[in-house]
Amino acid sequence: MKLTLEIWRQANKSAAGAFETYSLEGVSEHMSFLEMLDVLNEKLTSEGKEPVAFEHDCREGICGACGFVINGRPHGPQPKTTVCQLHMRSFKDGDRLVLEPWRAAAFPVIKDLVVDRSAFDRIIQKGGFISVNTGSPQDANAILVAKNESDKAMDAAACIGCGACVASCPNASASLFTGAKISHLALLPQGQPERWKRAEAMLEQHDLEGFGPCSQHGECEAACPKGITLSNIARMNGDYLFSQLAYSPRVGASTEGG
Amino acid sequence: MDLSSKAPQDVDIRQAWDTHKFRMKLVNPANRRKYRVIVVGSGLAGASAAATLGEHGYNVACFCFQDSPRRAHSIAAQGGINAAKNYQNDGDSVWRLFYDTVKGGDFRSREANVYRLAQVSVNIIDQATAQGVPFAREYGGTLANRSFGGAQVSRTFYARGQTGQQLLLGAYSALERQISAGRVKMHARTEMLDLVVEDGRAVGIVVRNLETGAVSTHAADAVVLATGGYGNVFFLSTNAKGSNVTAAWRAHRRGAVFANPCYTQIHPTCIPVSGSYQSKLTLMSESLRNDGRVWVPKKAEDCGKAPDQIAEADRDYYLERKYPSFGNLCPRDIASRAAKEACDDGRGVGPKVEGVARGVYLDFADAIKRLGKSAVEERYGNLFEMYERITGENPYEVPMRMYPAVHYTMGGLWVDYNLQSTVPGLFVIGEANFSDHGANRLGASALMQGLADGYFVLPFTLPNYLAGVKPGGANEGTAAFKAAEADAQGRLDKLMGIKGKRTVDSFHRELGNLMWEKCGMARTREGLTELLGRIPQIRQEFWENVTVPGSPGELNQSLEKAGRVADYLEFAETMALDAREREESCGGHFRSEYESEGEAKRDDANFCYAAAWEFKGVGQAPVLHKEPLEFKYVPLATRNYK
Ligand SMILES: Cc1cc2nc3c(=O)[nH]c(=O)nc-3n(C[C@H](O)[C@H](O)[C@H](O)COP(=O)(O)OP(=O)(O)OC[C@H]3O[C@@H](n4cnc5c(N)ncnc54)[C@H](O)[C@@H]3O)c2cc1C
Ligand code: FES
Repeated sequence: MKLTLEIWRQANKSAAGAFETYSLEGVSEHMSFLEMLDVLNEKLTSEGKEPVAFEHDCREGICGACGFVINGRPHGPQPKTTVCQLHMRSFKDGDRLVLEPWRAAAFPVIKDLVVDRSAFDRIIQKGGFISVNTGSPQDANAILVAKNESDKAMDAAACIGCGACVASCPNASASLFTGAKISHLALLPQGQPERWKRAEAMLEQHDLEGFGPCSQHGECEAACPKGITLSNIARMNGDYLFSQLAYSPRVGASTEGG
Repeated sequence: MDLSSKAPQDVDIRQAWDTHKFRMKLVNPANRRKYRVIVVGSGLAGASAAATLGEHGYNVACFCFQDSPRRAHSIAAQGGINAAKNYQNDGDSVWRLFYDTVKGGDFRSREANVYRLAQVSVNIIDQATAQGVPFAREYGGTLANRSFGGAQVSRTFYARGQTGQQLLLGAYSALERQISAGRVKMHARTEMLDLVVEDGRAVGIVVRNLETGAVSTHAADAVVLATGGYGNVFFLSTNAKGSNVTAAWRAHRRGAVFANPCYTQIHPTCIPVSGSYQSKLTLMSESLRNDGRVWVPKKAEDCGKAPDQIAEADRDYYLERKYPSFGNLCPRDIASRAAKEACDDGRGVGPKVEGVARGVYLDFADAIKRLGKSAVEERYGNLFEMYERITGENPYEVPMRMYPAVHYTMGGLWVDYNLQSTVPGLFVIGEANFSDHGANRLGASALMQGLADGYFVLPFTLPNYLAGVKPGGANEGTAAFKAAEADAQGRLDKLMGIKGKRTVDSFHRELGNLMWEKCGMARTREGLTELLGRIPQIRQEFWENVTVPGSPGELNQSLEKAGRVADYLEFAETMALDAREREESCGGHFRSEYESEGEAKRDDANFCYAAAWEFKGVGQAPVLHKEPLEFKYVPLATRNYK
């Protein structure tokens, strides 16, 4: 098939970007979307032009490296599919595809379709872990976890940190990402001791990074390639509220003061 | 060359690690933060090591080329992780896991290392569970297990089909905790280009910031490589696209000997290549062979027909025919070679790529008849979906098509029992070392090894080295650092300056195809000799005719690839040489000259050693050193799957 591609080209963080149009022939329906871009890049390189920068690694939908917007939809038209797993049979001859990077203040564009998602790591640094040193734990089976709770924790833990939730959200909120990690740990007995502190610290970092608030549009759930649900955001908000009411050091301080 | 293992010889293997741990020196807690340690890699091995060293109080710097440590290739592991917990009370033990791993490795690993691996395996599960890794559970709340890759006991722990992801996120969370505590400094999007060696010791690395293109050096008291495997020397493999040999190869060039580079593992069930644009291969879980039947048409002229148009009598269920007792469940290497033979015979199915159809059917029709569609869906539903997403075919109606693909590399930098390479101060962990898997790795054992190295072995052996060096001895201002940095910069400038006609990928594909043909599933002296003639020619053309667009002072993915391919073009030669030198068949290394009735024929009299190659210069023959392997606890025996 033959495609027309309008791709966002931007040299670096400080440069202004613009769309450029390319036409590509001989695209096979068996190609993955990234293989189609590989073919384009081989062609550009052979013509002495700069190839389009895009991020990828596993090409199996699990590392979360890939991701850009295709015709307004993060990761393209196929539900629950990362762009590396999207195949060209989802498109037809003559299609015009507009490719642009995730757009969010907290995700500055580094080059073309590549953005800086290090804000996600900084949110995790504030509490997306259980404080246990290597070598200290008890036998694994000494912690019993009901199967359905464990399954729910796994559903939340399946997040790949790609950033599609942020890209799809009108407020550029990272609530789905943050809520998924908070939920994963909140659903397990191991996560209880730090539960409230975790929700508070991670959400504060979320706001500091410049991600917007959640106003329940639900676009993130639809865009998530791993099917992470909005219930994780509700759980996060509940935990945050609880931390503010009962456990916040600030609340404690004010009672002492009074 | 000193290739002594340094494992205690004066005690029984069961006491070796405890004895060794007691004998090793410790570093006073107050002194630890004065020691700088570099960990290159943030996969299971690197993240677990960096986090644990941070917890111990060392001053750690960790590097990865991805934008976040959470994206390391380990994330893609699916099936599970072994541990000798014996939770199922089915007769498993540390001894049995040790025994199975030595035997599975076809008697080409070091017994003491393997025993230790089995021993610490149980701690890994405790550690990961405490971190919140959501392993699969039974209704009673205990951990679930499955049997994996033909093991007779159920010792594999798993988290759906995403075990690697969950274990890595566990190690990553521990790493992020240390980053936030200020004990680990993370350098993401930073690629190691060279190792700095001064007075015979590893003292630092040269890196390139992939976002700005800036080249710089980092000094340390010890360097740990956890940079993964080199499967992408074949271009097509199940490895992540960025997986590379650069860090290991550069360390090799600086004096670390490379062991058993020819040992590669080929996985039998991957989705076949669909066209010449193919960029990587996707693994389908081995568990599919529990219920799927493998076949090809008996007659080549039937290959173009739809599978349901081929009568039962015209189908060749070749694994069931050749290996009646193991059938479709025979080991990975045997199943892989049999598929290749069928396709070489002109009986492959599916689309032809470059004139040949390379695929065999994996048919669930009988399983659906026997168990019902819903039972099959329950077992394999997610795999069927993934297959359909990639191929556009529905496996409930049309048999799946499969073909073997490169999956894992057992070879790597040689290390002793302390995981130290032949360069003092350079430690190598995870898939990057020549590891505990001998000539063949058992399923679910790579995750185990990476985490064993990172959480439970290196954090004891590295301090033993550090205790003998003065902290802060190395500094970026010395001649060794300046020279290494200038070297790296010069090489980048050279790559940019060629401005030839061919793309980097075109060279990588050419090399990969050739390696797959001549150094893949079945190797011959003749083919390897031909290969050894071709590699230098490709390398020469690369350095004359490659084109790398853009500039070096920015994010430049072509330049990143060019550096990696340049290293593969050197490494491939040593790999082919190792394969030619090893005149036997063992594990994943199959030499067509050494077989009896299709079975690999090992030669213990002449080849019971680890082959460790010393670098002598590009295009110069490397020197072979041998570490003899002794089997005191698991007697040498021949595999038989008929
Ligand atoms: C599809 C697939 C499925 C698998 N399933 C299983 C399974 O079920 N069970 C099992 O036990 N094993 C499995 N394996 C094998 C296992 O996943 C790997 O062997 C293991 O994860 C390797 O871990 P590692 O930490 O050694 O390296 P990796 O995870 O490969 O990490 C390498 C790290 O090094 C960094 N790096 C590399 N080069 C450089 C450089 N030059 N500069 C800076 N950083 C660098 C990378 O950024 C990365 O952080 C599977 C493998 C594949 C491909
Ligand atoms: S490349 Fe890893 S998720 Fe797409």
